Amino acid sequence: MDLILKIWRQKGSNDKGQMVEYNVTDISEHMSFLEMMDVLNEQLVAKDEEPVAFDHDCREGICGMCSMYINGEAHGPDRGITTCQLHMRTFNDGDTITIEPFRANAFPVIKDLVVDRMAFERIQQAGGFISVNTSGNTQDANAIPISKHAADEAMDAATCIGCGACVASCKNSSAMLFVSAKVSQYALLPQGQVEATDRVLNMVKQMDEESFGNCTNTGACEVECPKGISLENIARMNREYLVASLKG
Amino acid sequence: MKLDSKIPQGPLKDKWTTYKDNINLVNPANKRNIDIIVIGTGLAGGSAAATLAELGYNVKAFCYQDSPRRAHSIAAQGGINAAKNYMGDGDSNYRLFYDTVKGGDYRSREANVHRLAEVSGNIIDQCVAQGVPFARDYGGLLDNRSFGGVLVSRTFYAKGQTGQQLLLGAYSAMNRQIARGKIEMHNRHEMLDVVLVDGKARGIIARNLITGEIERHSAHAVVVASGGYGNVYFLSTNAMGSNATAAWKIHKKGAYFANPCYTQIHPTCIPRSGDYQSKLTLMSESLRNDGRIWVPKHMEDVLAIREGKLKPTQIPEENRDYYLERRYPAFGNLVPRDVASRAAKERCDAGYGVNETSEAVYLDFKSAIQRYGTEQALLHGDHSPSKEKILELGEAVIEEKYGNLFQMYEKIVAENPYKTPMMIYPATHYTMGGVWVDYNLMTTVPGLYCIGEANFSDHGANRLGASALMQGLADGYFVLPYTIGDYLSDDIRTGAISTDSTEFEEAENTVKERLDFFINNKGTHSVDHYHKKLGKVMWDKVGMARNEKHLKEAIAEIKEIREDFWKNVKVPGSLNEFNQELEKAGRVADFLELGELFAKDALNRNESCGGHFREESVEIDGPQKGEALRNDKDYAHVSAWEYKGEPSDAVLHKEELEFKDIELKTRSYK
Repeated sequence: MDLILKIWRQKGSNDKGQMVEYNVTDISEHMSFLEMMDVLNEQLVAKDEEPVAFDHDCREGICGMCSMYINGEAHGPDRGITTCQLHMRTFNDGDTITIEPFRANAFPVIKDLVVDRMAFERIQQAGGFISVNTSGNTQDANAIPISKHAADEAMDAATCIGCGACVASCKNSSAMLFVSAKVSQYALLPQGQVEATDRVLNMVKQMDEESFGNCTNTGACEVECPKGISLENIARMNREYLVASLKG
Repeated sequence: MKLDSKIPQGPLKDKWTTYKDNINLVNPANKRNIDIIVIGTGLAGGSAAATLAELGYNVKAFCYQDSPRRAHSIAAQGGINAAKNYMGDGDSNYRLFYDTVKGGDYRSREANVHRLAEVSGNIIDQCVAQGVPFARDYGGLLDNRSFGGVLVSRTFYAKGQTGQQLLLGAYSAMNRQIARGKIEMHNRHEMLDVVLVDGKARGIIARNLITGEIERHSAHAVVVASGGYGNVYFLSTNAMGSNATAAWKIHKKGAYFANPCYTQIHPTCIPRSGDYQSKLTLMSESLRNDGRIWVPKHMEDVLAIREGKLKPTQIPEENRDYYLERRYPAFGNLVPRDVASRAAKERCDAGYGVNETSEAVYLDFKSAIQRYGTEQALLHGDHSPSKEKILELGEAVIEEKYGNLFQMYEKIVAENPYKTPMMIYPATHYTMGGVWVDYNLMTTVPGLYCIGEANFSDHGANRLGASALMQGLADGYFVLPYTIGDYLSDDIRTGAISTDSTEFEEAENTVKERLDFFINNKGTHSVDHYHKKLGKVMWDKVGMARNEKHLKEAIAEIKEIREDFWKNVKVPGSLNEFNQELEKAGRVADFLELGELFAKDALNRNESCGGHFREESVEIDGPQKGEALRNDKDYAHVSAWEYKGEPSDAVLHKEELEFKDIELKTRSYK
């Protein structure tokens, strides 16, 4: 198929960016979206133009590195996938495709489609861990039985890949889904209880300092989340936060 | 230099304990004055950085991604082995040790493997304490499944995302130390050389991938945990950025490179679909617990399938060739990876492959869905369930076990694997070879360590499923933090290492000259052009089956590609900016050298062992006819290569492997 691409080009974080139009031809429907981008970049290199910078690594939907905003949706039109799992069969011959970076004040553009997600790192550093030493002198793994239900729910929350699609999809650029997934994972496990109060307070405080917006329960984040992280996590975090605030 | 593996004396089962009791320690106050650089933040690097920081050392960690959480360990699917014997099926440290040595075709170091088995149980304890949500049964205890090459269930898992959960565990431990200021984290940085001062590793030269700035970083020891070199094939299950640069740079500075020809071609990956293919996707080995592998028995069925006239579901049982079950009745679909891969290649080479290029076989879940469906119906009290009910219940069980894998498959191939069998084919997945290390995980350069997939030590010529995660975390959490102290105890009076020395300056200049060359070369072909050419030679001539003629051709061809690369490569953009083509150029330049050494090593090892299959070395007759033939008399050694300039000049050093506790046997899975 032949396509018209409108891509955000921006030289560096302090430069002004703009949409630039490119044509690609003979694209196979079996290609992944990023393989289509590879074809474009090979063309640009051949013409001595600068290829489009974009983040990608595992190309199997788990590392969370890829981050394109395609036709107005984080990770593009398909559901339950990352950009790298999007395939060209989703598009039609002659389509015009608009490709932008994940946009949010907290995610400044580094170059073209590459954004800086260090704000997520700082939130995790504020409390996204259990303070257990890694020396190995812990009790036996089966010492505390955990109900299958709780373990499964914790696992569902823990599947978050930290890509930032929730932030990019939210009209307020809120990071509540991301933060609540981590808070929930630990809140659901006995190992996470000891530090539960400090964890939720510290992570939310850091989130607020990173200039993410507020949550107004529109649920766009859940729709675009490649891993299907549920809004229930936000409700759980709000409960955890309320309890923690009352405890002081 | 004579290789000294520094294996402690004494009985195998006591070596590690006795050794730990007697090595030198660094007192907590002195640890604060010692810096350690860690390259890579996957399971090995991440766990090492966290533990070293927790012990009190100052850690500087580097990764090329935008966060440590993105290292490719995250993509490991199936599970992690540990000899917990929770299932009560007779597992023990010895059995895990034995299975690993046998699985590795008797080409690994006994003492290292036994240590790995000893600490394996502790890894699970540690991860549960960190909040890793492993799968559990209804009683609330941890569940296990079985992997290839073993007869027990010892694999712990978190759906099909075990690597993700373990890495996020190590990442959370790192975050705790980053917050305390004990880890200085350098995201989006790439190590481009190691700096030696007085023969010891004392720092690195790194490039800030955002600004392009070249930086000097010093430390008292350097730990390389940069993963494997599978991307030398261009197409592999590795991440796009996975590279061998850190490992290759330290090789060029004196670290021997061991057994480069030991590469794992994983049997169950999604087949390639065209020339534009950028990477291959793994379907976890865990699927072989429930999936049965087959091709049609009759050629007319194969042809009808390729023409689209017949669907695999229409082929009756009696016309299917479950070739693994036929050839290996004892292990069936759960033979080790190298065996399963070669068996798939054998059928496809014979013309029975089920896609247009004859490079695919079926992985079928129909029997499992039936079996689980019937069992579930009984559990629900339904003694005469309808066919549809059985399917529905059975598919639900499969979805719970492998849901994310089935979804990945469906997204890539656009077929529903619950209804029609998956198509799979072998692909490069893991490299058992790597930087040579002694029992302390130190390379042949003092103060320079190598852990995880980047080193060579534990898996011999073939790695068993779910053992990579085990080794990465064992090295990082439980081995290196002890052994490095023994070396650093001599460094407590050294004080901070200055980066203002001629050694740092020279290394920095070399790095800069090379980067300048790429930008100013203004050639005709892109970096990917060369990478793809290299990959094709590697796959065609140094792939699943190797022979002398092809290996010699490969060596000559890789050299040609390399020479062409240095004349005609084109790298757009400039030095001092975010420049992904420039990053790739450096990595491919290193692969072009490593690939030649790889082929040279494969040529040198004229025996078949594990993932290394020489067509000249097969069983001629008897019950093992056609199977790989190992040659213990001439090749029971590690081949460690010393850098001398061109790959063709590399000098071979042998570490003889001693097997005191295991009898060397023909590896039979029949």
